Amino acid sequence: MARVVILGGGVSGHTAATFAAKWLGSAHEVVVVTPNSKWNWIPSNIWVGVGEMSKEEVTFDLAPVYAKAGITYKQAKAVSLNPEGSESSDKPFVTVEFTQEGREGESEDIEYDYVVNATGPKLNFGATPGLDAGHTVSVCTADHAVHASSEFKKSIERMKSGERQKFLIGTGHGMCTCQGAAFEYIFNIEHELTKAGVRDLADIKWISNESFLGDFGMGGLHMKVGGYTVSSKIFTESLFTERDVSWIIGAHVSKVEAGRIEYELLDGSTGEEEFDFSMLIPPFAGVGLKAYAKDGSDITSTVFAPNGFMKVDANYGAGSYENWKASDWPATYQNPTYDNMFACGIAFAPPHGISKPMSSPNGTPINPTPPRTGMPSGIIGKAVAHSICDKILKGENAPLREASMADMGAACVASAGKGIFDGTAAAMTVYPVVPDFEKYPGTGRDTDYTFGEVGLAGHWIKHILHHMFIYKAKLKPGWTLIPE
Amino acid sequence: MKKEESNIKAYEQNYTTMVPGAFAKKMRTCVIWQFFRFIVLNIKMLIVVSKSH
Ligand SMILES: Cc1cc2nc3c(=O)[nH]c(=O)nc-3n(C[C@H](O)[C@H](O)[C@H](O)COP(=O)(O)OP(=O)(O)OC[C@H]3O[C@@H](n4cnc5c(N)ncnc54)[C@H](O)[C@@H]3O)c2cc1C
Repeated sequence: MARVVILGGGVSGHTAATFAAKWLGSAHEVVVVTPNSKWNWIPSNIWVGVGEMSKEEVTFDLAPVYAKAGITYKQAKAVSLNPEGSESSDKPFVTVEFTQEGREGESEDIEYDYVVNATGPKLNFGATPGLDAGHTVSVCTADHAVHASSEFKKSIERMKSGERQKFLIGTGHGMCTCQGAAFEYIFNIEHELTKAGVRDLADIKWISNESFLGDFGMGGLHMKVGGYTVSSKIFTESLFTERDVSWIIGAHVSKVEAGRIEYELLDGSTGEEEFDFSMLIPPFAGVGLKAYAKDGSDITSTVFAPNGFMKVDANYGAGSYENWKASDWPATYQNPTYDNMFACGIAFAPPHGISKPMSSPNGTPINPTPPRTGMPSGIIGKAVAHSICDKILKGENAPLREASMADMGAACVASAGKGIFDGTAAAMTVYPVVPDFEKYPGTGRDTDYTFGEVGLAGHWIKHILHHMFIYKAKLKPGWTLIPE
Repeated sequence: MKKEESNIKAYEQNYTTMVPGAFAKKMRTCVIWQFFRFIVLNIKMLIVVSKSH
């Protein structure tokens, strides 16, 4: 009997675990180690953050779902990996620390035949002085979003009594990703303020590390509209103008204080901005797992990149932007040193960015790091599960499944306001996620499959996806038919 | 002055972009048109999803 241990029960890990359990059946064991008792459909945290959804609507208990799927569930966080085993045993193991009520602090070594690192990001609030001090809010977790919503409501109350309020939304560091989430939040804020009848008392400003609006960490995208091939910059600037939102771009937020931030721009100049309400996305890092060799020596730097994400079959030596190639991106997500170790979703170390690296004359790097959104995270999780199941069921030499972000498209629906008749969202697809300038000279993408449009239909799709993905994650009948 | 153009400020950051006119904005929340777009968008997305699996 083989044991597959999946670290992290988020979008990618949950997909990997549930498919592995389905394909392996009861002859083998699938273990999920994840610190939270609830699964969270993170994209809908945006709606929680403006009070349009409750935490209960975007989360559900994991234990009954894993019991139904025959998955062993450990409410714990992984701390370290021993891929060569210990001095007393050759069997690799992962050390976990329980977070489950009543077992806090207890630790356990779980032996594995295969391990998948799907631990997602560490929300690295500490990278910017003051970003972790509670002056700003976040929507990265359901609890953060509940708090954001209550602060937002206070701002609305102040406006109702005639006070002007300044909203500052965006990224809280020069090396952030996830601009899409901040984009959704700023337009949902704007939509809610309009609905509350207080929009005229609000100054809304965007701040981000993108060198142009609409970069989204993907170097922007081009769409065919009215016979033209048009940059996402035009559409994004258009939406910001239409909704009267001003912007600061190419910005590294260097300090956060009560009601005030300081920032540095790509041209080296510095500035400050005041706010009454601010949501700034933190930069992401790996969750800080350690790795040890058989003799107990620290091999963390062999297994993980300096940013804490796990090394996989990517080309980490591509060098400068001019040398980047689509083929630098990993396809199998297997660790190059230990072939029974994989990483999926945000947890794998990308070879480099997608957006062009930039820095200020002072040497401060200011550019988005590459996003790993829901659809690629799910597809990669499934491909990794498939590879492992093939190896277990067909033999060690079974070929690995491939799911490179340079061969994969992504559909993404960015909400711009919730409402069954007055809501809007930007429905977008990109193909491929990572631009391939050799295959598609010019824009790097196939403009027949890269498109976007704003409208109510997008909102309906976003709302349906919310229910569909929670249905799928709960493993309700027919769940495998819903694509990642 | 057309309402939809009123946010543009001369020589400020949004002076060089495009803004949707009243018709384009209306169509964004016109239920009949959006129902049609819903079908089109779903088909387009399914094609991209099927190319990616
Ligand atoms: C506000 C917001 C809105 C978003 N909206 C969209 C959207 O509209 N569309 C889209 O495609 N994407 C969206 N995304 C991105 C999407 O959420 C991510 O792509 C996706 O969650 C990544 O999946 P993952 O499994 O890699 O990470 P996660 O989903 O974050 O899962 C990681 C899991 O690992 C667990 N974990 C952490 N540390 C450990 C440890 N030490 N041991 C074990 N487990 C651990 C975590 O608790 C978590 O359960 C959004 C993100 C945010 C923050």
